[in-house]
Amino acid sequence: MIANHSISDVRVDFPSLDQIVKVLLLEDYNTRVVVLGVMALGVASGIIGTFLLLRKRALTADALSHATLPGIAVAFMVAVSFGGSGKSMVWLLLGAFVFGCIGVLCILAIRHTTRLKDDAAIGIVLSVLFGLGLCLLKIATELPGGSAAGLQGFIFGKAASMVASDARTMLFVAVGVLLVTGMLRKEFTLLCFDETFSTSQGWPVIKLDMVLMAMVAIVTVIALQSVGLVLAVAMLIIPAASARYWAKSIMSILFLSAIIGCLSGWLGATVSALIPRMPTGPIIVLLCGFWFVVSFVFGTNNGIVVTQIQRAKLNRRVGMQHILRAMWEVSEENASSTFRVDEIIRLRSWKKLAVLQLLARAEKRNYVTRLPNGDWMMTTGGSIEARRVVRNHRLWETYLIHFADIAPSHVDRDADTIEHVLGKDLVERLEHLLDSSYDLQSPHPVGERA
Amino acid sequence: MNWTEIDTWIVIIGALCAAGCAVPGTILVLRRMSLMGDAISHTVLPGIAIAFLVTGSRDPLAMLIGAVVVGLLTAFLVQAIQSLGKIDVGASMGIVFTVLFAFGLVLMRQAIDHVDIDPDCVLNGAIEFAWFDQNPDGWGIPRGAIVNGVMLVANLFFMLLFYKEFKITAFDPALAKSQGINPGFMHYMLMTMTAATAVAAFETVGSILVVAMFIVPPATAYLLTERYGVLVALSLGVGVLAAGLGHLSAITVPTWFGFSGTTTAGAMAVASGGLFVFAWALSPSQGLLVRFLHKQRTHAHILAEDVLGIFWRVEERSQSFVQTGDLPSALGVSSRVLKKALHQLLKQGEIIQCTTHLELSQSGRMRATKLVRSHRLWEVYLDKHYPQDANQLHHSASRLEHITTEEMQSNLGDENTDPHGSPVPSDVEE
Amino acid sequence: MPIEAGHSETSPVSIHDLTVAYHRKPVLWDVDLDIPEGKLVAVVGPNGAGKSTLIKAILDIVPRASGEVLLYGKPFKKQRKLVAYVPQRESVDWDFPIDALGVVLMGRYSTIGWCKPTGKKDKLLAMDALERVGMSEYAHRQINQLSGGQQQRVFLARALAQDSTIYFMDEPFASVDAATERAIIQVLSDLREKGKTVVVVHHDLQTVPEYFDHVIMLNMRVVAHGPVEDVFTNDNLKKTYGGRLTLLSEAADRLAKNKVLG
Repeated sequence: MIANHSISDVRVDFPSLDQIVKVLLLEDYNTRVVVLGVMALGVASGIIGTFLLLRKRALTADALSHATLPGIAVAFMVAVSFGGSGKSMVWLLLGAFVFGCIGVLCILAIRHTTRLKDDAAIGIVLSVLFGLGLCLLKIATELPGGSAAGLQGFIFGKAASMVASDARTMLFVAVGVLLVTGMLRKEFTLLCFDETFSTSQGWPVIKLDMVLMAMVAIVTVIALQSVGLVLAVAMLIIPAASARYWAKSIMSILFLSAIIGCLSGWLGATVSALIPRMPTGPIIVLLCGFWFVVSFVFGTNNGIVVTQIQRAKLNRRVGMQHILRAMWEVSEENASSTFRVDEIIRLRSWKKLAVLQLLARAEKRNYVTRLPNGDWMMTTGGSIEARRVVRNHRLWETYLIHFADIAPSHVDRDADTIEHVLGKDLVERLEHLLDSSYDLQSPHPVGERA
Repeated sequence: MNWTEIDTWIVIIGALCAAGCAVPGTILVLRRMSLMGDAISHTVLPGIAIAFLVTGSRDPLAMLIGAVVVGLLTAFLVQAIQSLGKIDVGASMGIVFTVLFAFGLVLMRQAIDHVDIDPDCVLNGAIEFAWFDQNPDGWGIPRGAIVNGVMLVANLFFMLLFYKEFKITAFDPALAKSQGINPGFMHYMLMTMTAATAVAAFETVGSILVVAMFIVPPATAYLLTERYGVLVALSLGVGVLAAGLGHLSAITVPTWFGFSGTTTAGAMAVASGGLFVFAWALSPSQGLLVRFLHKQRTHAHILAEDVLGIFWRVEERSQSFVQTGDLPSALGVSSRVLKKALHQLLKQGEIIQCTTHLELSQSGRMRATKLVRSHRLWEVYLDKHYPQDANQLHHSASRLEHITTEEMQSNLGDENTDPHGSPVPSDVEE
Repeated sequence: MPIEAGHSETSPVSIHDLTVAYHRKPVLWDVDLDIPEGKLVAVVGPNGAGKSTLIKAILDIVPRASGEVLLYGKPFKKQRKLVAYVPQRESVDWDFPIDALGVVLMGRYSTIGWCKPTGKKDKLLAMDALERVGMSEYAHRQINQLSGGQQQRVFLARALAQDSTIYFMDEPFASVDAATERAIIQVLSDLREKGKTVVVVHHDLQTVPEYFDHVIMLNMRVVAHGPVEDVFTNDNLKKTYGGRLTLLSEAADRLAKNKVLG
């Protein structure tokens, strides 16, 4: 049958237009189930993952998801020994949830009763419980129906095995997470930002923490089927981490993170439905990773491009102010507005090339002109600007001497950095303050106000 | 149980692997980077897959190089994302290794027709079949044993070569830097060791056992010793023991319940976890049991001293005898606990049973005198330096009297009366 | 022994027999004092003397090994609404995605109660608090873009937004700029005028007489407490900061080893 394009289909190499349309319009039943399910998962994990990330518990969640494996095996064995089929998703997921919580409690117990730190506690719980899970799983396959139950599918996820009721559970959980987070947004924010303060305010910090981790466990458990437990943590932290590069408030991070999670889920399910041998879980995680790289590089908030541009701009401004000040100081000494490059170099121990570059930039701005004999001369505009910069600088020096206990020999460096973040209004206030109440005793004479 | 040569080889391979992992593992645990071991052992997978796709063969050297390169890339990316992207290290690790692992899974799925590694093998390894994988000229030694053995020797070699440097960077990176040891170099060397160990071990025992062996034996050893050299040796021992116990229980425990057996790699991980729990509970220096017993003993010791103190004070105040019926409420303990304490004191000969009552023996009186002396001297000391009301002084002194050494007592001064006006008994010589 | 002895119903904070231990090593021993109402109270003492711990133990943030704390004669749990707290600035991650106003609004959360969003009134109160520390123009600035002193003022504003009766501040003056220091002093004197009680962990001995009415001199135990002019003497300072405490800290080490506490 041509219409049956299940996720695990590996026959065709490239999808035809017809197939693409079918997948996009969710005409196929299997595709519909998987796409809706992982989209719901994306929303839920994006939202609770934001708080998980802010609480700095990313890897605790990883241990939690690994710890679910013995729970699945135990639940299966219990169900079978009570005569059940062992395939009932509810019981498997309940077992997973219980063991996930046990894993988190073990981490806490190790951290509080030994001198091992968080990282070792997480690593121990993660590897030992997962090893236990593998052992139990092997045993479970010997039980009747064990090999057919597809328990192995929980490790790397097996989206193709999802049925409508699974997708419904995922939807239900997503709505639940949305509701609880919506209600406890304020409380979670406080918990993540300032635990000490929230304790002092009487918030039940431990209980809130438990609610948060329980929600993480629930989301992890519903992620088992589609992305698998090894990669479940990715769904929790990557959308949230990506969202942080664009948004500044918790609300917008939550919103964006949910969108990124949802989008990755949808795209991943679609791609894996269309292209052969593309496992759904890893594809979704790779897409999340793609969004992360895009956000990390281009994000408006701490993205590396923006940060580098800002840094370059600041460096340029600082450089310009330095060269202006140097020119002013040299011409103060010379009592003339012309100077030579080596005079500047002597003053600041700069590299010659750097000075020439700065001068070229200053020339572009008409602060200096080059004289025919190779000397430089400040223009009127340049000397106005230089005077302003020097005045700012010396005001700050004075300010620091008077207000803070900093020895004059240390003044210059501090003044250099503070000056560049000074706004115009602040400088005016400072001038007023200094003029009215203090004798101006800068190490250098204070430049006349332009 | 039917133990064969194959089982022996499985344990040998597991033990070599565990010992090899424990060497870099000690430093990872001490430097609080255990999870770097976890992350790197996950990213072995894409490394192998890439090496396979690039070379088109299963050449072990190519795979080793591929995995080490991707392992180092992981370490680098984790650091870069953490510092450039202002994310905490846990999240950065989680992002890097999951994405790389997902990438590896996709690659493997694409190459699945050409290469006989599958995801299950990634987790479980194939230690059960390692014996069959022998080089023609291998003198009957399985390849897994050679690979893991070479890795163990290499790790030990580097560990001994840079013993000082590793030790100092593990305990105090800042000090290491001031001593001219480049922490960056040491970090990436450790990461290289970790990645190489992970890839060597991975094929035979699977990635889960690798993670367990990196972290659990050193963590167990860490609960047993304070010294670095001992820590390394113990980690090796715990790893080897876990390998033996693991395989043994894998082939025996399930048979008790009518199953045929279970996966050895998983069982080795569980065995190491069992050893960890063992150390956690029973470590002679910091185990839960020792701490519990010590607490019990301290409580009993304090109670006994308090009882002696009461006997002494009653003797001091009057010539009447201690009414043992009043003691429980005076000391705030149940009569059962008190009975036990009295019994203990009788046995030690600190108090003696007279016809109608109990009284202090000679040695008991000496001990009580010391105690009361400490108590009253502490009251004097505290009153002098931290003036507070009288009840407060008594309360503080009753806690301090039990922990006063001879030396402390001699520093407390030599007053004759305490702030309440009671005489300070003079020191007794034994 | 009557535990309640000497407790005052009118004292905003009365501490009785308070002992706090970290990892079984006592950091505060048998602290017993009443803090007077409507005063600015400095808590001074050397590093490791338990200054911050004292505040944290009063506010139930660290567990007490023994002793009790009463606020106006009732246990802290019943009197939480009366208390505002300014933690040390380093105790939080300032890269957290929130603006200054958002942090100040946190001071209103316990008044608002579970699950309810912040209202207009709360925002006005928060803005007012920011105004009082001279930070209203930075209300919508991300907190990671504020200077250290400005961050401290945001914390102060959060406490003001709580509109409480007793204020606890943990080293508010630690490495702040002059403008912030002046803002804090202004706030402190405002609070005193309104009859509030303010307890401040303070590290700068020189400014104690200038800023505070009352001083608690602490070094594991209370060395002295009372009005600044009475107890802030060279003699007491020597006792607090001098080397006479070896016996007590030796005892603390032995206690930790013997696990006598808890």
